[in-house]
Amino acid sequence: MNDIVSVEKLWVHFGSQVILEDVNLVIKEHDFLGLIGPNGGGKTTLLKVILGLIKPSRGQITVFGTTPEAARNRIGYLPQRNLFDLQFPATAFDVVLMGRYGRKGLFKRYADEDRDAARQALGQMDMLKYANREIGTLSGGQQQRIFVARALVSEPDLLLLDEPTTGIDASQQKDFYELLRDLNQEKTIVMISHDMSAVSKYIEKIACINRRLYYHDSKELTAGDIQEAYKCPVEMIAHGVPHRVLREHD
Amino acid sequence: MIEIFQYEFMRNALTAGIIAAVLCGIIGIYVILNRIVFISGGIAHTAFGGIGLGYFLGRDPLIFAILFSLAAALGIGAIKNTRSRVSQDTAIGVFWATGMSLGIVFIALSRGYAPDLFDYLFGNILAVSGEDVKLILAMTLIMIVIVALLYKELFILSFDPSYGEAEGVPVQKLYLLLLCMVALSVVVLIKIVGIILVIALLTIPSAIGRQHARTFRGIMALSIVLGIFFVVSGLVISYYLNIPSGATIILTAAGTFFVSTAISLGGTRR
Repeated sequence: MNDIVSVEKLWVHFGSQVILEDVNLVIKEHDFLGLIGPNGGGKTTLLKVILGLIKPSRGQITVFGTTPEAARNRIGYLPQRNLFDLQFPATAFDVVLMGRYGRKGLFKRYADEDRDAARQALGQMDMLKYANREIGTLSGGQQQRIFVARALVSEPDLLLLDEPTTGIDASQQKDFYELLRDLNQEKTIVMISHDMSAVSKYIEKIACINRRLYYHDSKELTAGDIQEAYKCPVEMIAHGVPHRVLREHD
Repeated sequence: MIEIFQYEFMRNALTAGIIAAVLCGIIGIYVILNRIVFISGGIAHTAFGGIGLGYFLGRDPLIFAILFSLAAALGIGAIKNTRSRVSQDTAIGVFWATGMSLGIVFIALSRGYAPDLFDYLFGNILAVSGEDVKLILAMTLIMIVIVALLYKELFILSFDPSYGEAEGVPVQKLYLLLLCMVALSVVVLIKIVGIILVIALLTIPSAIGRQHARTFRGIMALSIVLGIFFVVSGLVISYYLNIPSGATIILTAAGTFFVSTAISLGGTRR
């Protein structure tokens, strides 16, 4: 299988602060990789490096065999949920259409093919019936599906999702993860999550990041990895996890 | 009522006012959705420095007003993306007061001829000339072209700039462009409602439009219609009551705004 993303000895500094330290990571085609780690550990920064929004201060990164900027059209991105104006006069359809920008570029108007793609992405997220609703009138979970549709509408091969389940209540999360698993049939997915139990249940590979990245191309992390990353005893994190993330240990 | 438009200055006033309402409807929605009402206020007041300089040098004040307002737009806009400890809010205050002070000082230094400051501060639509009408029309056409070309980009900027950045939209340049569009609009509107009242004309019609229309284009259309209504009715009222036209236009708009807000609040309470 092809390498979709390849990161080698990558460092990121903000001023004198080290955000990412000597990160090495290979993401392969059809991977569904969960990124976990403490707040401020550099999860979002890593996604932004892959998107080409943040330049590494040292090290190599290739995305689809080229630079992140050149590969951007093949990436669908769901940013961390930020507070938008709930009264904003945009329909769900308008929001999804924004995801076509990368394919159009400056000055060009959206064409029928863009509108068809938007309808298709809405259908994929089972949201077509809400196409003409104002975005602010939808529930948190519905809004999140709209934002995933916006990430999908450019027909990307790689999806980067930053905490996609924020705002989705527990009863809808199962459906949401199953939807992502369907998408994973065709697309490589990298997802940041805080929800360890969901991550371990639906995701095939997990990396833990806190400045350094701990990853063994599998779902397993050693107790040492987690302890190192979170700087706290493993029990505090591993408790209540229905599926095993950690190897048996004493 | 028709007889008042026998006078050329009234016809100019009416034409200028209607074109200005179109301009405000197009720019105003971006002003309120991007929450740059007070940036717009800062830009307008900074322009006064240019007007003063124009008088001092004996040149057309409008040219210098454009230069000053563009400088304010770029200055206040650029501070947003720097690591400086000056917030945009602070920058607005500094530009605002500096522009006004420069204006007053330059005018005091200009010998002999004391311009009618009141017209610049509060507007005098009745003094609008045929040349002014052409200028306002040209500026409005330029803004229509820019908004038509960059409609989807400005939409993304207004809704979710951080996503836009990730998509490769030149968000920061667009933001500065938007502020410059506001700056140019403000300068041509000064003739009509003056520096102090200009933000009302830029915001009130769109704010009311937003309360009643659901779509972006719907809000634009409604705010243009409302703007035309405010300008025409304000102009007629001010003529018959012999009171200042700019302030009357704004008060017509403000009165409608309060009524509209009360109605929409009442509607949501139920």
